Amino acid sequence: MIEIKNIHKTFGKQKVLDGVNIFAHQGSSTALIGTSGGGKSVILKILLGLIEPDEGEVFIDKVKVSHREPGRTLSRIGMLFQGSALFDSLPVWQNICFKFLKGTEKLSSKDAKELAIQNLEKVGLNYKVANKFPADLSGGMKKRVALARAIVGNPKIILFDEPTTGLDPIMTNTINSLIREIVETMDVTTLTITHDISSVQQISDNVALLDSGRIRWEGKSKELKGSKDPYVFQFINGKHNGPINVN
Amino acid sequence: MKVLRNLGQCVNCFLNKIGKVTDFIISIFLNLVTPPIYGREILKAFYQIGWMSLPVLGLTALFTGGALALQIYAGGSRFNAEQVVPAIVAIGMARELGPVLGGLIVAARVASSIAAEIGTMKVTEQLDALTTLSTNPIKYLVVPRVLAATLSLPALIAIGDSIGILGGYLVGINRLDFSSSTYLASTASMLQISDIFSGIIKGVFFGFIIALSGCFNGFYASNGAEGVGKATKSAVVAACVFILATNYILTEAFFNS
Ligand SMILES: Nc1ncnc2c1ncn2[C@@H]1O[C@H](COP(=O)(O)OP(=O)(O)O)[C@@H](O)[C@H]1O
Ligand SMILES: [Mg+2]
Repeated sequence: MIEIKNIHKTFGKQKVLDGVNIFAHQGSSTALIGTSGGGKSVILKILLGLIEPDEGEVFIDKVKVSHREPGRTLSRIGMLFQGSALFDSLPVWQNICFKFLKGTEKLSSKDAKELAIQNLEKVGLNYKVANKFPADLSGGMKKRVALARAIVGNPKIILFDEPTTGLDPIMTNTINSLIREIVETMDVTTLTITHDISSVQQISDNVALLDSGRIRWEGKSKELKGSKDPYVFQFINGKHNGPINVN
Repeated sequence: MKVLRNLGQCVNCFLNKIGKVTDFIISIFLNLVTPPIYGREILKAFYQIGWMSLPVLGLTALFTGGALALQIYAGGSRFNAEQVVPAIVAIGMARELGPVLGGLIVAARVASSIAAEIGTMKVTEQLDALTTLSTNPIKYLVVPRVLAATLSLPALIAIGDSIGILGGYLVGINRLDFSSSTYLASTASMLQISDIFSGIIKGVFFGFIIALSGCFNGFYASNGAEGVGKATKSAVVAACVFILATNYILTEAFFNS
């Protein structure tokens, strides 16, 4: 369960979040859409405890997220970063099982490697990828390895930051199907940032639209296309004129 | 008015930076003494920072020692004091040139590579990823590098001193007309333990400065390739300036005592 209550965040003079509220109950899937630079990634970083909000509170399964001690809630969360954020200096299997090799819950190298290979298979990658380094992988493979890293150890909450941005339509579909499968089989709460309107229905049941620091519309993914809401209408039709300020 | 305001901003910015660096140093020391310890990362850092610096440091010392012998000979011959060459080469290398040139050359090699590596990790969100995977980036990335640089540099400087003295010796017996035995005897009789120790103690400080500068600038790199470039440049410049300033302060302290 994710509770985001009245979050405000300003960087220097730039007000990025201006009272954001998001509630996602256990087992739900939510897509977060909005213009680039609108503060979507900042919301995820606040959920992770990486950025401290100026005002407001965030709870993960009723536990308050603390910037000073993010460890308490982080162990429940899997995160897929926008740019994959794989560690260049480590082979794929060590990337996937990093938290079991260096973190608090330890596994032997042999067990960790086995676990990594199991998770590689879940994202449709061959065991041979396990010994490669991130620099030797294509963008789509990196995303899938990052996906494997996000789901390893069965976290209760998974956050996806633009999982398909920059990928070709076939790879986009592959990743979206994987996310759908995770949503359906893992009993997790997911929050996915995306620009891709056509993916929304595939990857989540609920949608929230962020603009100018606030959630302007919330609803079911099915209702998105038919919505008369001016924000939604402008966003999904890519119009220049409307309540969303584009410049 | 405008000048005053700009000056005020500069002072403010400077104080802000000092605060950040102080926080950074405090968190390094806190993480140094609390578990877990990443042994493999520490070994890797010793290999990359200490061992891999040997070739460039050795060459620097060798050429410096050789050039120093020629210069001292030229200077010494003006008042018939050519025989001071071995002593001055040894004392000059151990007290000043070994530590300072060693520090600067290692700063160029190591501070830059640390800043570029950590800076790239910062801008590609790898530092954030470390935190989300329950690993403290200060403990995992910074502590090993600080330990390795602080402990390797004294050793590197001791080795550099010896190679520099060897450079002077080679020039002395081949280009100038010293006999091998006179040169060695003169070196041994003039060089004191305190000369060597003062240089080695400087190395501890220089090593810490190099790693701190690389790590701090990498950690606070701003976004994009440009941010990493700036961080790398700042790391090298800051390390060099602070090495030279610290060198003066330490020399003053050793000289008075
Ligand atoms: N750590 C930070 N420091 C300063 N500004 C930031 C930081 N993180 C994000 N921002 C700014 O906040 C705004 C929103 O960024 P982001 O959340 O990445 O947007 P997006 O919705 O595309 O994910 C951007 O203008 C960005 O420059
Ligand atoms: Mg983003």
